[in-house]
Amino acid sequence: MTMWFAGFAVLLVKMALVLGVALTGAAYLVLVERKLLGRMQLRYGPNRVGPFGLLQPLADGVKMILKEDLVPQGADRFLFMMVPAVLPLTTLLAFAVVPFGTELTIMGQQVPMVITDLDVGVLFVLSLSSVGVYSLALGGWASNSKYSLLGAVRGVGQMISYELPLGLSLVPVIMLAGSMSLVDIVNAQADMPFIVYQPVAYVLFVLSALVEVKRTPFDLAEAENELQAGFHMEYSGMRFALFFLGEYLNMIFLGAFAALLFLGGWHGPVLPPFAWLLIKTAIMPILLIWIRASLPRLRPDQMMRLCWVWLAPLALLNILATGAVMLLKG
Amino acid sequence: MDERKGIITSAAEGTRGILEPFWVTLRQLFHKPITEEYPEFKRALPERARGRIVLTRSPDGEERCVACQLCSAVCPVSCISMQSAVREDGRRYAGWFRINFGRCIFCGLCEEACPTLAIQLTNDFEMSADDPMQLVHEKDTLTVDHGGRHPDYDFYRHAGVAVRREPGSHEDEDAPVNPKSNFP
Amino acid sequence: MSLTQALFYLLAGVITLSTGMAVTRKQPVHAVVYLVVSFFATAVLFALLGAPLVAVLQIMIPAGAVMVLFLFIIILLGREAPKPRDDSAMRWALPGILAIITVAAGLMLIASPQHQTIPLAMAKASARELGTYLYRHYWPAVEGISVLFFVALAGAMFLVREFKPKPDAQNEEPKP
Ligand code: SF4
Ligand code: SF4
Repeated sequence: MTMWFAGFAVLLVKMALVLGVALTGAAYLVLVERKLLGRMQLRYGPNRVGPFGLLQPLADGVKMILKEDLVPQGADRFLFMMVPAVLPLTTLLAFAVVPFGTELTIMGQQVPMVITDLDVGVLFVLSLSSVGVYSLALGGWASNSKYSLLGAVRGVGQMISYELPLGLSLVPVIMLAGSMSLVDIVNAQADMPFIVYQPVAYVLFVLSALVEVKRTPFDLAEAENELQAGFHMEYSGMRFALFFLGEYLNMIFLGAFAALLFLGGWHGPVLPPFAWLLIKTAIMPILLIWIRASLPRLRPDQMMRLCWVWLAPLALLNILATGAVMLLKG
Repeated sequence: MDERKGIITSAAEGTRGILEPFWVTLRQLFHKPITEEYPEFKRALPERARGRIVLTRSPDGEERCVACQLCSAVCPVSCISMQSAVREDGRRYAGWFRINFGRCIFCGLCEEACPTLAIQLTNDFEMSADDPMQLVHEKDTLTVDHGGRHPDYDFYRHAGVAVRREPGSHEDEDAPVNPKSNFP
Repeated sequence: MSLTQALFYLLAGVITLSTGMAVTRKQPVHAVVYLVVSFFATAVLFALLGAPLVAVLQIMIPAGAVMVLFLFIIILLGREAPKPRDDSAMRWALPGILAIITVAAGLMLIASPQHQTIPLAMAKASARELGTYLYRHYWPAVEGISVLFFVALAGAMFLVREFKPKPDAQNEEPKP
């Protein structure tokens, strides 16, 4: 029984750690994005709250909580109030399979540095990402506003398009590692990260991830200048903040996912494993911010064409090529 | 794809078109921002910038407003309200005068409509408040002790309270016509 | 009753309830939401019974992709006020009979003695085992389905090619 309680306590500590890092990361990613975008546009970005604006996320949080929580007339009340939770929920759930270090030995017990090492980890993540789109579709529908609805329709169309290339781009990695567990995949990259063997898959993954997070150039669902704010237009206060949080958590998660699948996870010289994972995780969000500063928005049909005509067949060819090489090498 | 160019050229141009913005944004990252930081640095406003509304006084220190309701009538968002009153000497004034700055769009129409040049817009625009009710200003906070943009103007020397003055004694007023005489 | 058993009955209750709600909702979007809840509960049930792969696929394909498509179509079709329900007996006759048959069959299954001994316990089947089994015993079917998918993909690409707007006088950009 003591063993059980100890295990439970360790689990709780791990969950608190992951949640803390992810949520703080998301809050500060907002700041980083605003700062970086600002500097890229010859502005300063937030610099008033605290030194260099470092307390801005706190101020934002307080502001969001104090804002009035509006529910538009004619909205589907229950759905409208429920769905903002879906996106952060699914993303946080996905963090459960992210391993963040090698096994530690505490008091003679092996403690794996992951909340749960599912043997279908990659699929688990993909399924959660496909569920996250409900918050967008239902939120847009429940708002009962034409812009929200258009945003929802676009978002769903986008989701249908990116799912296939996203999933297919990961297949070669699974083939190379011979497992769908993220821990095994990272362990398989101990001497060489998979990006060396699979540069095409990495590019495909980054492009599909770009479509998944719904940020410029693929922010069709919220397109500020055509749809005001698209699916979350009618949301205010904390409910809006949940959508926002979900988006930034998703960015961080995709960063972590890319780091685990392609960049060798926590493996790296000198620095401790956790630090390496954080550094590699940060690559993707910063890339996404840079892309947002640089590229204009695509039209929906261009996005679909990119996904279906280029990414998906390319991913299939990549699988074929990987399989052929693996077969030849035995 | 443009037919006149080959596929290679257009592909190269497309790639360049996608990659060049990244270089541009990266370069800007190391420039000094051109932002003027507001509370520390305040730009000089143009002379006729329209901000907080004040009720001014004539040179003799009297309130200029005669509660004629013209500003209230012309205001497109109906944010001015007042009640007129008459002093013992027959001079009209506003019993109370209220402007809701939460609704005011600072269009300046009230200033244009005012016959006494009482209501004027000033350069002050820093009037944020925690509570919308704090933006509703009454006469005591609106009235200032100077003549604003037109310090020398006095409405009562041009018009108004005719019975207390000799005919033709107002400024710019022609001498009264003698009805008994046809000669100019 | 063990924890597994308790969870099983809880999930079964959720599935039954949400599926029932999905059938009876007038607003199609609500029906979709209830059905998704039911799929989720089913997925958890699969995980409980030792098939994590099937559980994840259950979320990914029916709940994540198919129902999203349904939702897409329902949203596209517009939001109409639900029509007053037609409560005539004939309309309920066929579903009623089907429901009675299903309930009777279920009761018989529960009543039959040989099923009482199956223990509800955690098991685990890995993706690798499932894949090996599938490819060893059902490879023609798997290959057939993959060919079908390929044909569908090719068809979709063909359709995309067909609908490319033909360059005509109005569509063309003004030449400098
Ligand atoms: S500035 Fe325009 S809106 Fe404001 S009080 Fe005067 S007339 Fe009304
Ligand atoms: S128009 Fe001028 S004089 Fe007339 S009520 Fe307004 S402020 Fe007073």
